[in-house]
Amino acid sequence: MQPTISAERNVQRGEFRRFRIGKALIYFVLSAWAMTTIYPLFWIVNNSFKVSRDVMNNSFGIAWNVDLVNYTNAFDRINIGKSYINSLIMSGSTVLLVLIFGGLAAYVLSRFTFAGKRAIYSLLYATLLIPTFATVVPVYELLIKTTMVNTYWGLIFPHTAGNLTFAILVMAGYMSTIPKELEEASFIDGANRMQMFTKVFMPISRPVFASASIFVFLWSYNDLFSAFIFVNKENVRPIVALLNEISSQYGTDFGLMAAAVSLTVIPVLIIYLFISKFIQKGLTEGAVKG
Amino acid sequence: MKGDRKYIFMFLLPSAVLMAVFLYYPFFKSLYLSFYRTKGFFDKKFIGWDNYSRLFSDKLLGAATLHTLEIMLFVIIFQVGIALVLAVLVESIGRLQNFYRSVFFFPVVISGTAISLLFVLFYNYNFGLLNGILANFGIEKVLWLSESNALAAVSIPTVWHYVGFYFILFLTAMSKIPSDYYEAAKLEGINAFKRTTMLTIPLIMSDIKVVITLAITGTLKVFEFVWVITSGQNGTEVLGTYMYKKAMVDQNFGYGSTIAIYMVVFGVLLALLANRLLKREEITY
Repeated sequence: MQPTISAERNVQRGEFRRFRIGKALIYFVLSAWAMTTIYPLFWIVNNSFKVSRDVMNNSFGIAWNVDLVNYTNAFDRINIGKSYINSLIMSGSTVLLVLIFGGLAAYVLSRFTFAGKRAIYSLLYATLLIPTFATVVPVYELLIKTTMVNTYWGLIFPHTAGNLTFAILVMAGYMSTIPKELEEASFIDGANRMQMFTKVFMPISRPVFASASIFVFLWSYNDLFSAFIFVNKENVRPIVALLNEISSQYGTDFGLMAAAVSLTVIPVLIIYLFISKFIQKGLTEGAVKG
Repeated sequence: MKGDRKYIFMFLLPSAVLMAVFLYYPFFKSLYLSFYRTKGFFDKKFIGWDNYSRLFSDKLLGAATLHTLEIMLFVIIFQVGIALVLAVLVESIGRLQNFYRSVFFFPVVISGTAISLLFVLFYNYNFGLLNGILANFGIEKVLWLSESNALAAVSIPTVWHYVGFYFILFLTAMSKIPSDYYEAAKLEGINAFKRTTMLTIPLIMSDIKVVITLAITGTLKVFEFVWVITSGQNGTEVLGTYMYKKAMVDQNFGYGSTIAIYMVVFGVLLALLANRLLKREEITY
């Protein structure tokens, strides 16, 4: 008996070792990819605390002597604070409009039966195929004619329209899973459709409203193409358009560029760390179905 | 319910109006403009299919199409490929899953413009990160944005940006596979590699299809990376930047619109083709 047992143990140990090496390799590969996402951000933030000369000569050295000159430049010279506010106003309003209008439409599409509903769905799916490129010229013309170009509305309206399709589809998908009994109960309590929407559907649909708003916000905040065509004057320019401007005008001031990128990325990243689970859940609820 | 018609109308109206004014009307207006020769917004002349026949003789457009297809190839092979590998690996480990999920996803939330600017600093000839690394090893500096490298140089951030997005989609798809499938495989004594290629990947094929379709349509919209890093020079012009240059820089709205319509048609055709090639039966558990 004795030898067999030890032989078995040896086999086990061999397997164990192979297993360990395999696991180690997996962790190595995963950590290597993680480095490609973490290190560039560390590099840029680190360099944003150096004067441009040091960025150029020693971009790997850690900035022990924190120098805020790039940040004061970013706020004084290129007025990044103003662009921040512009971004928040325009992307925030877009989110708000998409949630209100899209929420109402999603409610109708998920809870009512009426002629033409299928047609509306088909239209919405077809709408997903229209890229901004195919609408930009006429929208630009329209904005000029209505003098909305280079005003906040000049970006809010196109962005809202552009994001409504996605939001409606995701929200309607979620609302259609809400049990009918809740509706009937509130009907017996004498609620009309509007009250049903605000008192029953809005509170229950909070998770999908949250994830839709995160995505709409990110898309709006990060969209360069529309921004630098529709709102590219200093007083309304959002942060992505400013970044684009920096790269063409201050392309040699590395410190300033590093600071501007850091300022754009860090707030989003901090918020992301708090809600990352939420984002990923929302993504898998919505995007795959949509 | 009584009076529902009123509510249906009322609740759909705001979205319908916004989308009609800022999506559908402009889309059809683009279609309309594609049949006109324009000078600014006010001077235009009907020219039938001339803009469309110009598409075929436009060498720059051909090049832009080719570059877009090349980036698309990179995206399908590397972005989708890396995402799939990472998802399989993360799925197989016990600890740190959430850490990797969060870390891999975060480039997705950063704007393409910021990432592009980051890569401008990486690629800079004199002081960039890459040449800095090379200098540390005593290797001669490389001109990263030269004619021969530039397209790959803009493809790298494009790929890197969205790996995390598809990674999460794959992970979710994998988490839906019932565990008895894996237990059966374990009883059969199938090793991890075979289990992945014979079981996991076939089972998530429909998600892979969705992801490839998203990757194709997404690549047609590439704009920021090319615009910020090279402005379309050195053989990196893509459809997005070319359309922008024709329509907004040259103010040639007619031909610009034609290019946009071409992009839509091209995208739909490619997506249909991909779906045809990857045709498979839906799997339900």
